[in-house]
Amino acid sequence: MSDLTHLTVRTTERIEPLAAETAEGAQEMQRRAATPPSELGREVGAVLRLDGRVLDPNAVDYERRDDETMIINMGPQHPSTHGVLRIMLELDGEFVLRSKPIIGYLHTGMEKTGEELSYIQGATNVTRMDYLSPVINELNYSLAVEKLLGIEIPARATWIRMMMSELNRVASHLVWMATNGMDLGSTSMMIYGFRERELILAFFEKTAGLRMNLNYVRPGGVAADLPDGWQDDVTVICDTIDERTYEYDELLTGQPIFRDRLVGVAPLMAEEALALGVTGPLLRSTGVPWDLRRTMPYLAYDQVDFDVIVGTYGDNFDRYAIRLNEIRESLRIVRQCVERMPAGDYRSQDPKVTPPPRARINESMEALIHHFKLFTEGFQVPVGEVYSAVESPRGELGCYIVSDGTSKPYRMHVRAPSFVNLQVVPLLMRGGMMSDAITVISAVDPVMGEVDR
Amino acid sequence: MIDLPSSAPDGVVVADALDAHIGCFVDPAQYLALVAAWRDDGFEMCADLCAVDYLAHMDRPLPEGVTPTRFEVVVNLLSLSKRQRVRVRVQAGNEDPVVDSLFGLYPGVEAMEREAFDMFGVIFRGHPDLTRILMPEDWEGHPLRKDYAVGRVPVQFKEAPGPR
Repeated sequence: MSDLTHLTVRTTERIEPLAAETAEGAQEMQRRAATPPSELGREVGAVLRLDGRVLDPNAVDYERRDDETMIINMGPQHPSTHGVLRIMLELDGEFVLRSKPIIGYLHTGMEKTGEELSYIQGATNVTRMDYLSPVINELNYSLAVEKLLGIEIPARATWIRMMMSELNRVASHLVWMATNGMDLGSTSMMIYGFRERELILAFFEKTAGLRMNLNYVRPGGVAADLPDGWQDDVTVICDTIDERTYEYDELLTGQPIFRDRLVGVAPLMAEEALALGVTGPLLRSTGVPWDLRRTMPYLAYDQVDFDVIVGTYGDNFDRYAIRLNEIRESLRIVRQCVERMPAGDYRSQDPKVTPPPRARINESMEALIHHFKLFTEGFQVPVGEVYSAVESPRGELGCYIVSDGTSKPYRMHVRAPSFVNLQVVPLLMRGGMMSDAITVISAVDPVMGEVDR
Repeated sequence: MIDLPSSAPDGVVVADALDAHIGCFVDPAQYLALVAAWRDDGFEMCADLCAVDYLAHMDRPLPEGVTPTRFEVVVNLLSLSKRQRVRVRVQAGNEDPVVDSLFGLYPGVEAMEREAFDMFGVIFRGHPDLTRILMPEDWEGHPLRKDYAVGRVPVQFKEAPGPR
């Protein structure tokens, strides 16, 4: 043991122990001493350059000594980061001074893959991006392709799409209710949320054959007609979940501990949200009545009756209340779909886009040729570029497709709402408690599959 | 077709896009001025920003007065008050594409510009933190470029039988 006494401990000042030098410079959060004031200001949320709302980078307590604070990594394996999100936090005791989300752990090059798949196959690709709302991803992609093709979709297909995407929105918000409850310590809510979601997933399985990643909405319509007795199934789902939302009210909404964790926590202002490109429930919580279903209607949303839920204070409780009430509004739309579902085709009858029915292939040469050409080569899409957007449970989901006239998109870009919304995390976390940081991640509701694509 | 804002710079070519949004083709030098004019005209949000690599279509048809280049940056602006969208397409250059950053106008493009840089190597002048966002920090190349090889890495299974 005496051997150890002559060992010297290196005490050289290490300026940037956490930052790897790369070709593009240091990328991670650095010690305060090594961070220039402008960068420091940006990291604590000084991204806002609005009139009168400028955060002076010099106003950040730049002089704080490094040994007073601690930089820790939260994630990528932390259970409350909803996937593989890593957030670097600079903490002073319990308080968050700076935070920086680091993403890319789930990046699998889905936009590149999209360029290699034909338009028919493309829906299987996009459905895996936001894995909590697959139908809405497919819908957005299909709408973009159909806009390029210039084809008409039968009314029944439109209403089926609307019903399925609203059911999907309910399922997605239920998962949010569940995980948010778990983050705040309400494990009962976690069980309940997933229990109710299972009803919807079972209906998806009955309709499309799969519980998730359905590949149900395709360019030209939907993959299959609704199963026999679907009205009863959907009505039971609506009745059950509608009733259960009032149980959630009893369990959570008025519960003092739950309210204390949410009310007034992580407020966001409308100007900040707009400047940062935030959409969805986060934007609506700040009082901006912006819901693409209402403001820029697609499908048949202009023919159904529903309310856009808007918050007032922009805090976490508003976000909770908006999502809970959106479940009810979505169920209202689903009920109207059940009542008013038109008869007719469930997909376009254009033989260049829609494969022929299986029975026709045995007797018709043309049907066989069309079938063969569609599944080997795919259909050609006219030259052009298009941006289409729908309201996903997380905000504006956009799809920008450039077509060069072949059967594969030349470029397919997806505007993922979570990817953009994630930029408010440093702003919302600043100055808050570490325990509130958990609720911030939960309130932003990022789906990492969509963030990283 | 909607009108250009009065403060828009000269030389902006306007074309109707397929989805009824206006498409503006703009010189990189006027890019920032045009987007600023749109923002002052009530386009509160930059909904989307992405890049396109037109390597295989360098001679694509564009409106009169626009010189096609390999890289194009596409910006989708959104006006909540007018319920309109506008698409601005800027020809960013052939090699080493450079455009101005919109960060000063719309702070929300921070992540989107980083993604375009990461995937295409488009440099955004004035961006506060232009680093890789999705790919690993030490990655070489820009994956969404058309001349970036796909699947060229052969899969080597452990203890694969050697050639006889």
